[in-house]
Amino acid sequence: MREALRIFTRRLTGLFRRRRLDDDLDSELCSHLEMAVDLNLRKGMTAEDARREAFRCFGGVDQVKETYRDQRGLPMIETILQDIRFGFRMLRRSPGFSLLAILCLTVAIGANAAVFSWIEGILFRPFPAVAHQERMVALAGTTRGTTAYDNVSWPDFLDFQRNSTLVESFIVDRIMGTTLSIGDRAERATGSVVSSNYFDALGVHPILGRGFLPEEDKGRNAHPVTVISYQTWKDRYKGDPEIIGRMQILNGVQHTIVGVGPEGFDGTFVGYAFQFWVPVSMQETFSNSYKLEDRGERWIEGFAILRPGVSRQAAQEEMSSIAGRLENDYPATNRGQGIKVFSLWETPFNGAGTMLPTLRIALAVVILVLLIACANVSNLLLVRSFARRQEMTIRLAIGAGRVRLLRQLITEGLILATLAAAGGLLFARWCRNALVFFYPPLPNGIIVNLPGEIDWRVLALSAGVCIFATLLFALVPALQASKIDLAGALKSDSGGVLGGSAKARVRQSLVLVQVSLSFALLVGAGLLMKSMQRIQNESPGFSTEGVLTSTVDLFAAGYDKPRALNFRDQLIDRARALPGVRAAAFSMALPFSFGGYPSAPISVVGYVPGPDEQPSVEFNAVSPGYFATVGIPVLSGREFTRADDEKSGPVAVVNEAMAAKYWPGRNPVGEHIQNKDQAIQVVGLAKNSKYGAIRETAKPFYYVPMRQYVSVRGNLYLQTPLSATVMAPAIAREIRAIDPMLAPMETITMREQVDRRNFTQRLAFALLGVFGGLAVVLAAIGLYGVMSYAVSQSKRELALRMALGAGASNLLRRVMSQGLLLTAGGVALGAAAALALTRLMGDMLYKVSPRDPLSFGVALLVMTVVSVAASFLPAWRATRTDPARALRG
Amino acid sequence: MPASKTEVLQGTLDMLVLKTLDSMGPMHGFGIALRIQQVSKDLLQLNQGTLYPALLRLDQRGWITSKWGVSENNRKAKYYSLTRAGRKQLEQEVESWDSMSGMINRVLRAS
Repeated sequence: MREALRIFTRRLTGLFRRRRLDDDLDSELCSHLEMAVDLNLRKGMTAEDARREAFRCFGGVDQVKETYRDQRGLPMIETILQDIRFGFRMLRRSPGFSLLAILCLTVAIGANAAVFSWIEGILFRPFPAVAHQERMVALAGTTRGTTAYDNVSWPDFLDFQRNSTLVESFIVDRIMGTTLSIGDRAERATGSVVSSNYFDALGVHPILGRGFLPEEDKGRNAHPVTVISYQTWKDRYKGDPEIIGRMQILNGVQHTIVGVGPEGFDGTFVGYAFQFWVPVSMQETFSNSYKLEDRGERWIEGFAILRPGVSRQAAQEEMSSIAGRLENDYPATNRGQGIKVFSLWETPFNGAGTMLPTLRIALAVVILVLLIACANVSNLLLVRSFARRQEMTIRLAIGAGRVRLLRQLITEGLILATLAAAGGLLFARWCRNALVFFYPPLPNGIIVNLPGEIDWRVLALSAGVCIFATLLFALVPALQASKIDLAGALKSDSGGVLGGSAKARVRQSLVLVQVSLSFALLVGAGLLMKSMQRIQNESPGFSTEGVLTSTVDLFAAGYDKPRALNFRDQLIDRARALPGVRAAAFSMALPFSFGGYPSAPISVVGYVPGPDEQPSVEFNAVSPGYFATVGIPVLSGREFTRADDEKSGPVAVVNEAMAAKYWPGRNPVGEHIQNKDQAIQVVGLAKNSKYGAIRETAKPFYYVPMRQYVSVRGNLYLQTPLSATVMAPAIAREIRAIDPMLAPMETITMREQVDRRNFTQRLAFALLGVFGGLAVVLAAIGLYGVMSYAVSQSKRELALRMALGAGASNLLRRVMSQGLLLTAGGVALGAAAALALTRLMGDMLYKVSPRDPLSFGVALLVMTVVSVAASFLPAWRATRTDPARALRG
Repeated sequence: MPASKTEVLQGTLDMLVLKTLDSMGPMHGFGIALRIQQVSKDLLQLNQGTLYPALLRLDQRGWITSKWGVSENNRKAKYYSLTRAGRKQLEQEVESWDSMSGMINRVLRAS
């Protein structure tokens, strides 16, 4: 073995020191022959005889050299190197072709590599700083009879932790936002409430200070400590080396900074980079209520790290059996509650779940673009193989094997693809963070984080794509070339290398493929555009125009509930007095925000729940005038007034869906909702609206007055025809007039607020739009190439027709009809492909049929216009031929 | 078959070269060729040129090394000498040759 290795390395060095070794051999052989001549002379031969005898004894000098060289190097590698050198020379000789081909392939391979890197960085390996993310799974609660996912309560979580044998560690992770004020600069910050084992379990080691200690999970608000992210430390604290032990107010409570996370660790939430972490014991500080001792309060978004070798199925079975036991032991809170174990890329509570369908479409699209680009390059190669027919023929004639020829052409293809892959990877690296740019602007301080990850898997996959592409685009022309009919080709140099019709058919089918795939992409883009438009035009059930919203973080400013109520009453009065403001109101939760709504277990007289059902309905606390301000019609009864306060009886406004479910066929006004020991009287019926997303279906929902469900959090709404930029300073002024220490967050229209939730549709549409456009350009290039080639080939025929009296319009029609025929065929094929492919988009489409005639029609129109343009130029050129010259030449 | 014939020839030639270097010390290619012809009493018809690929082969295996020197009549020449690995290889080959020829002798004379 060692010997074989030594021989190989010697041979390998022989490969690279060829010139010196050649000289060496020459002088050695020379000296051998001279010595032989010397000896012969001494034996008494004539000079002539001595020389001849020496050469006779030696044998063929050239043969010896040849054997010697073969022995010295690695012949196979040498021919490959030769092929590569030759390939480069050929590509340099036609730079236009090479550039175009490389450009097409770079775009296609780059697009593929970029999508691979996104899939890797967002779905498969989103947490590169985590030691064993391959063993990490996400946990979510389930409710029997529904498909929605819930969170997990802290007591349940502890029971899972205690009873599981297959899980190495469980971690709590709950996203929350706050205001981070350092000096006079206040910004939003995103952080997470985590279990104390968080950093240890993930194998993430703080670079300064420490992670959390086990006791920091326990005690109500007992451990105000925080670990900040590396980026926050750098950006907000200017990399202060003395940061450990400093105090920072988070949500109105002084926290001690105990650690700084390592560079590159942004937490474990796909979509946002986290800036700080606090332990579980601080849960109440970052939420509306204390939930650590209530098994019915489900708030944890959890992960588990499985022991090595444990499958997700096995973990699921164990977790389900534990959940079953909990259901038995605690029927009051756990009836019908299960748990589901997800792969990271299916995580329901972060960006992974929402990005999955978009990235799936993107993957399908870039593969189509790759196919189109390959068809294009293949076409270019075919044109060039015609130009190279003489070279090929001569090489064949002087004895090159057909396999060798094939190998040469494939090598050239590989060179093209490799150059393109290198460019493509650079491109992918460059647009690693491109997805973020499709995100609507967010408040300062919130960091959207959707990075691509280029690791060896992505590189390997891209290399695979590169080879696959080469085989696709180089094989057809190469096989065609190796079919050269030697005798025929040598006889006349003007005759085709191949039967002209066979080659034309190959090229036409390539164009057919291009046109059909581009058509399918266009249809997809059209469908998504229409669905975007539907979403845009769909009313969320409240006014999106003429209503502004703004937030003041009273929580972070340390307000208690009475002060918060007082502040709001004042602000509403002042805002109403502002010029241009028609109405003003507050609500606790902001519609279409990621925070969601609280929910309450209820019962209603006359409503019998299903066997596993625990009726629970989401609600919002709103100020008087809320419905009028945001534009939700009250259909029956009344909305809240200032009289609905802590002293009067509890009241609620329910929506239509809630009325239909709990009081079918009746007017709910005057009925009662029982919430624990409180009977709430229904005083109004509001029209259904959307609460979290445009695409949600109508769900039961109710409203309570803000003075009867007091929260420090709140969002201001203003009904005004003025713009946000005009209103923002006025609002800030009024807020400062009440409390000079307060500053409002951004002021935006409700339209913007709604759009932020439509990110994935917007992204899918943008990606498909970009790639669809690209595909159409590629297809146009292909069509143009085929048409102009066809024209140049049939110059004589066209000239003859002209000479016999055919008019320009006749020729134009003749040539263009050929191009349009190709287009028609491609569109027919593409329509079939589109019908099959658009099914993939099922849940991305909103109120648009995958067979939407308008989308198909627009795609057809675009394709027709493009192909008319692409074939018009060659056709027009054909009519300008001088028949005499063409016929003579 | 030509393949098997050259193989035998190659193996034999390799052994002859090693033996020559073993008994004569460092030598240049021409000297090795002369010596093999002498010893075999011109029975072995050898194209002297074929010696060079053989020398390269032995060099690649690490059995011989070479360096440039000056011949007895003042010509530049490449001198080959046996390495320790080469000497061991020669011993092994002589041994296996002896046992092989002994066995063949016994078989041929048995009847």
